[in-house]
Amino acid sequence: MTWSDITIDPIDPSAIVERVGAPEDGAVALFLGTVRNRNEGRPVGGMEYEGYAEMAREQLAAIVSEAAARAGSDRIAAVHRLGELAVGEVSVAIAVSTPHRAEAFEAARHVIEEIKKRLPVWKRERYLDGESEWLEGQVPVAAGGGDGYGDGSVPNRLSAGRAGE
Amino acid sequence: MEVTVLLFAAHRERIGRANTVVSLPERATVGTLLSELRSRGGGWADLPSAPAVAVNRSYANVDSELSDGDEVALIPPVAGG
Repeated sequence: MTWSDITIDPIDPSAIVERVGAPEDGAVALFLGTVRNRNEGRPVGGMEYEGYAEMAREQLAAIVSEAAARAGSDRIAAVHRLGELAVGEVSVAIAVSTPHRAEAFEAARHVIEEIKKRLPVWKRERYLDGESEWLEGQVPVAAGGGDGYGDGSVPNRLSAGRAGE
Repeated sequence: MEVTVLLFAAHRERIGRANTVVSLPERATVGTLLSELRSRGGGWADLPSAPAVAVNRSYANVDSELSDGDEVALIPPVAGG
């Protein structure tokens, strides 16, 4: 069974690994996304993740199901955290187990790439100088075709405004 | 009919609220809704002409027809991970 969740609680990577694995599997891949202390040379103190939680939950479940179909393994678990995270904390964890390593790496990669393309989650970096900024994101592409943008304009004007502006 | 609009992240901050209820004519589309929102002026006028949109938690496009009670989210460029 695949498993996925959106949570505000700290992520325990070993608990995610325990959700996958089977006697026929010889490989477990674990991907962790963490908050780093610099972005483009600017010292970062933490990150705020905001999400459309109900939709994110459905999208993550769909992403994991797709990855399972591609990998031929239903031993895939993924969780994304929302809220205020400190440097070094885990924002996303993905575990996959498969009979051989190639499929496990590939499936974990697929899940994180699809999260970045379409999970309705946004992040604001908090800099050590006291400022904060929403990070430039990706225009989500609707699953199943159609870009959702009609005239093709880039709906991006609001994405990088500084907090308090 | 009435639909509920949800705003997130930079959209929410620019407009100063997280949601609003909008009355629309029958058979209105996402495009109709966006025009109505942008005509409110202020931060609403700064919305992109065709932002990414989800209707009832699934991505939709400007031609998608709306129904009474729909939940329409305006989705800024996403940045998970």
